[in-house]
Amino acid sequence: MNKSVARLEFNRHGVWAIYRFEIARALRTLVQSLVTPVITTSLYFVVFGAAIGSRLTSTGGVNYGAFIVPGLIMLALFTESLSNASFGIYFPKWTGTIYELLSAPVSYLEIVIAYVGAAATKSVVLGLIIMATASLFVPIKVLHPVWMIGFLLMTAANFSLFGFIIGIWAKSFEHLQFIPMLIITPLTFLGGAFYSIDMLPPAWRTFSLFNPIVYLISGFRWSFYGSGDVSVGVSLLMTVGFFVICLVVVAWIFKTGYRLKN
Amino acid sequence: MRPIVSINNVTKSYASGFQALKLINLDIEQGEIFALLGPNGAGKTTLINIICGIVIASSGTVTADGHDIVRDYRAARSMIGLVPQELSTDAFETVWATVTFSRGLFGRAPNPAFIERLLRDLSLLDKRQTRIMELSGGMKRRVMIAKALSHEPQILFLDEPTAGVDVELRRDMWGLVRGLRDKGVTIILTTHYIEEAEEMADRVGVINKGTLVLVEDKQELMKKLGKKHLTLHLQTPLPRIPAELASWNLELKTDGMDLIYTADSADGVDISELLKRLSELSIVIKDLQTQQSSLEDIFVSLVSERT
Repeated sequence: MNKSVARLEFNRHGVWAIYRFEIARALRTLVQSLVTPVITTSLYFVVFGAAIGSRLTSTGGVNYGAFIVPGLIMLALFTESLSNASFGIYFPKWTGTIYELLSAPVSYLEIVIAYVGAAATKSVVLGLIIMATASLFVPIKVLHPVWMIGFLLMTAANFSLFGFIIGIWAKSFEHLQFIPMLIITPLTFLGGAFYSIDMLPPAWRTFSLFNPIVYLISGFRWSFYGSGDVSVGVSLLMTVGFFVICLVVVAWIFKTGYRLKN
Repeated sequence: MRPIVSINNVTKSYASGFQALKLINLDIEQGEIFALLGPNGAGKTTLINIICGIVIASSGTVTADGHDIVRDYRAARSMIGLVPQELSTDAFETVWATVTFSRGLFGRAPNPAFIERLLRDLSLLDKRQTRIMELSGGMKRRVMIAKALSHEPQILFLDEPTAGVDVELRRDMWGLVRGLRDKGVTIILTTHYIEEAEEMADRVGVINKGTLVLVEDKQELMKKLGKKHLTLHLQTPLPRIPAELASWNLELKTDGMDLIYTADSADGVDISELLKRLSELSIVIKDLQTQQSSLEDIFVSLVSERT
C-alpha cells in the first residue's frame, strides 16, 4: 500500500472525478437532461413566438419571435442550472454516498468547482442548443458575442451555485422543486422573458425593477440586440452581486457543516 | 513509536444535548488490527466518523500519522479509507466506474492496473461492468471495500463490515483484512460481534455509552471473557475439594453435589485427565454437563459492570 502520501495542494483528480461523474449522469439521462428542455422551449417558442407573436408588432425594433429568444434561453438556463446542481448534491445526501465526499481530501472550493462547473457546463450546452433550435424559426443576430457568452457563463454559474445551495438545504425531493417552481419560474415570467418591461404600466414597471431576474434577462438580451430594459452595467453588477451572495452562503454552509455534517 | 492514529480528549455532544462521546483518548499503533467493540448506540460509528471528517467533534483533537484531521485534512484523509456500515452506493454506476471515481476523489492518478488487481482480489473482476443495483448485498459490500481501498490507504476503517453478511463472505473478509494487515495497513474495525474481534484483532477497545471502558490486548481480553465450565454431578456429596485436586480450578456447589471445573476457553478443558484423577480418588460421577459462556453475554455483562 501507499507509504508516502503526496501533499495535495489542489486535488485536480478529485475535481475531475466529480465533474466527470456528473457529466456521465447527464449523458445517462440524455432525454431528461437535453431533449426535454429543448422540446419544452421549442413549444414556448411556437406558442409565444409563432402563434401569439405573429399578431404583435416588433418590440424595440426587433421581431417579437427573435425578441423572446434570449428570454427563452435564460428561462432554460435558470431551471436547468438549478435542477442539475441541486440534484447533483442532493442525490448523494439521499443515497448516503455523501460520506465519501465528506471524508475525501477535497476542499470546499474544489467541491463547488466540480459540482457547479458540471451543472453550468450542461446548462451552457443546453442554452447553445436552444439558440441553435430557435435559429431554425427566426433569424437571430448577436451584436456582442463575447458579452453574450459572458452572460451565458455567468448566469449558468450563478444559478448552478444557487442550485447547489438548494440541494444542500433540501431535505426532500419536494424541497428541491420548491424554490425553482414557486419562486424562480414566476420571477422569470414576470422578469421580461416574453416582453419588455417598458410595455408595462409605470407602477408595474417600477415593481419589476425589484425582480433580479429582470437584470439578468436584460443584460443577455442587450448582448443580442444592443438594447435592454436596464443598462448593461447594472445588469453586470447584479449578476456579479448575485454570484458573490451565493459564494458567501456556500462558504458559510461549509464552515458550519450546515445540513452536511453533524 | 508514534501511533498512526491518536485521539486526544475527543467529545461529541449534539444540539439535542445528547452526549455521544465522553472524553475519548486512544492511540492506534501502526500495522495492528484494532477492534472497537460496543453495543448499538455506544458511539463506535460517531468516533469513526469524527476521525474520517464526516462528523465534527465538539472538542479534542485527532491526528493521522501526525496530521491533524482538521488543520491538515488533506494529508490525513488521503491516508484513510472508510467502509461505512450502511450499504450506500451509486446504484446506477458500474463497479469499475464507482471504484475509479473513488480513487480520483482521493487525489490519486488513474491506475487501471491497480483497480483491476483490486477487483480481482475482491472477486469482483467479472462484475466490473455490472451496475451496482444488479449486485447482491454481499457483492455491494465488496464494492464498498474496493472503493475504500482504491486510493491505497494506510489506515482502513471497517464499520460493522460483517453486519448482515453470510458466513462465507464473513470468512472472506477476515482473510482480506489479514492480507491487508500483512501489507502494512492499519485496520480499525468496529463490531458488536465479539467473535469477530476474537478471530481477527490484535487489540480490543470496548466502548459503551460514549465512554471507552477498556483497551486491552486481545489475548488478555479473551482470557477474561472466554470461559468453559464442566459440571460434574456427584453420586455422594463432597464436604470439600480434596487436596489432590488443588491444581485444578474447581469449586463445589449445590451442597457438595456438584463439582464445577472452569477453564479459559483458549486453554481448553482437559476432561480425561480430570476424570482419571477423580476415579483414583473414588469420587463417583452420576452425570456431567459442559457449558460454554456466550461471548456476547459475557461482553454485555462486562460492559454493564464497568459503567
